[in-house]
This record gives sequence, C-alpha cells and structure tokens, in this order.
Amino acid sequence: MPGWMDRLTGKDPQSANAAKERLRLVLIHDRTDLNSEELEQLKDDLLRAISRYVEIDPQSVRIQMAQDGREQRLVADIPIKAPRKRRAG
Amino acid sequence: MPGTVVTITSGKGGVGKTTTTANLAVSLALAGDKVVCIDGDIGLRNLDVVLGLENRIVYDLVDVVEGRCRLRQAMIRDKRLNELYLIPAAQTRDKSAVSPSDMVRVCDELRPEFDWILIDSPAGIERGFRNVIAPADLILVVTNPEVSAVRDADRIIGLIEAEEKGPAKLILNRLNINMVKRGDMLTGEDVLELLAIELIGIIPEDESVVVSTNRGQPVALDDKTKAGKAFQNIARRLKGEKVPFLNLDEKSDFFHRLSKIFSGGE
Repeated sequence: MPGWMDRLTGKDPQSANAAKERLRLVLIHDRTDLNSEELEQLKDDLLRAISRYVEIDPQSVRIQMAQDGREQRLVADIPIKAPRKRRAG
Repeated sequence: MPGTVVTITSGKGGVGKTTTTANLAVSLALAGDKVVCIDGDIGLRNLDVVLGLENRIVYDLVDVVEGRCRLRQAMIRDKRLNELYLIPAAQTRDKSAVSPSDMVRVCDELRPEFDWILIDSPAGIERGFRNVIAPADLILVVTNPEVSAVRDADRIIGLIEAEEKGPAKLILNRLNINMVKRGDMLTGEDVLELLAIELIGIIPEDESVVVSTNRGQPVALDDKTKAGKAFQNIARRLKGEKVPFLNLDEKSDFFHRLSKIFSGGE
C-alpha cells in the first residue's frame, strides 16, 4: 500500500481518479464512435476550414469533447485574430 | 392495476444481475406484493439456485412458449413467502428458443395476476437481450464500480435508449466502502456523473451475500445484513417510497481524511 508521502508528493495518485479519467475518455469514443486519432483529424480539418475565412492562432484554439447528460458535445473555443494586416496594407 | 414488468440487465456478466433479481423479488414479496420472476438466461439458468428452488423445477419457460405446459405449471412457488413465484429458464436450449414477442405474450398473461414481474437478463447485447427488454416497463441496469463494468453499462444504456425503453435506472452493486474511503474505488457520484442516469440503489459489498447464496437463502430475507437492507430499500423505491440513499461516500469527512493521512494511507 502506498504511504502518505507518496500521496502527498503525487507519486501515487488515488487509483479511483485514474479509473474515472480513463472511463471518461473511453466513453467519449464508445458514444461517438471516434477514436482519439480521428478526433485529432477532425480538429485539424475544422481549423483548416475556419482558416480559409478568418485568421486564427492555432496555439489558442481549444476544441474538446464534453459530456452533456448522456450526449456528447463537441465544444470549440476559437479566438479570431484582429485583421491587422489588411488595414495596414 | 396490472403488474409492472421490470427487467434487470447489465451488459457485463458477473456484476450481480441474478443476485439482484432474486433479492428484489424477495424484498417486494416481503412487502406483501405478488411477485413472479422469470429467468431470461436460456441455457445458463441460475435464478433457481440463487433463490434455492433448483430442486423443484418440472417445466420451464421454453416449455410454456412451445406449448408443452400451461404457464401456471411452470411457476414454482417459493414456500418461504406468500406470493413469490419463479419461472425457470430452460437449461438445454439456447436464446433462439424464445422470441421478443413470446416474452411480451407471457408477461401480458402474468400482468393481471401480479404486482411485479421481474426478468433476469443474460449477459451480452444479442438475442437474449432483445428478448428481455421487449416486455419491460422499467429497466434496471446493474453495474460494479470498476472500469469494465461501467463501460459495458454505458453501452447497454445507449442500446436501451435506442430501443426507446429508457430511461433506465442504475443499481451500483458491490461498493466497497473502505476502498472508496482510501480513494481506490469509484464513488457512487463518479459513476452517476459518467453514466448520467438516475440511481435507484447502492448495494455495499457484503460477505453475507455469498454466505446466503451458498445456502439458497437470498440475503434480503435478513434485513440485519447491510446488503439485505439495501435491496429492501430498492424495493421500497420501486414502490414509490422516498428512501434516502445510504451515505457511503465519506470522502468529505474531514477527520477521517486527517486520520488517514497520519496513519499512512490506510
């Protein structure tokens, strides 16, 4: 059994947390029929499509799968850069 | 009032469907209701041994469906209780011996005479599953607080919704309170958050379930056991009573956490 030092230093996080985190991910894939690779592809495609119309900073984009009751929701937060270049030109 | 058909299912095998079916049947009969339970696991029957009625089987569900006997003849009366009956599964046949419409017909025949018709499911999501959900008014999904059981429960809940038989209710079976306390088992809250369905009961892990099953005496006959009490509480909730859930999640107990830290995790 892990001692309290391990727990305090985070060397042995409680296994229930690991179970919950792993289940959260596996249920997303089971419910949407998307594996993590396909989800990454979907994000890339989405960003590419949006970039055709507005300038975005890929670093600040957040796209994730969220659970809403028994439904999965794809939530995207995509900040759009101000069109500085166009004004300057 | 015609009886309610309740199907007990799970997805994953071995999580306690049959134990749950037997104990809910006993609990409802103890409360004075007329109950019949049907073993829907054709080919792998077990509800008879869990109820301790295995020596009294003459006819089974497949005999009824195929017209070799009348429904009454296949019903074994549990002598410990006034109004509890079992319709056993056939042991030498497979799931294809019964169809969903057979199950609907049998249940419709039982409804006028009983308050509750409980159906125990086979594991899995194939023919056997379709048979047992077809007649259901209410579906109870049994799971354990572990990753494989919760994942399969989620699949089954999805299928129940797709068949428009929802919303199902959840029974969390075999919760080990000590493991929850030290953070090594999913809590009831965790499981409910992941599965997003309504809870109807938590059964704590209790050695007396094994002991009572060894003897063919369902644990719910003894309300001094933790599990027996928990099954009886589910029966009361089924009957519409508001029974508070046992407070099993003691994560918030500050002094307990403190003592845990100083005693080195245990």
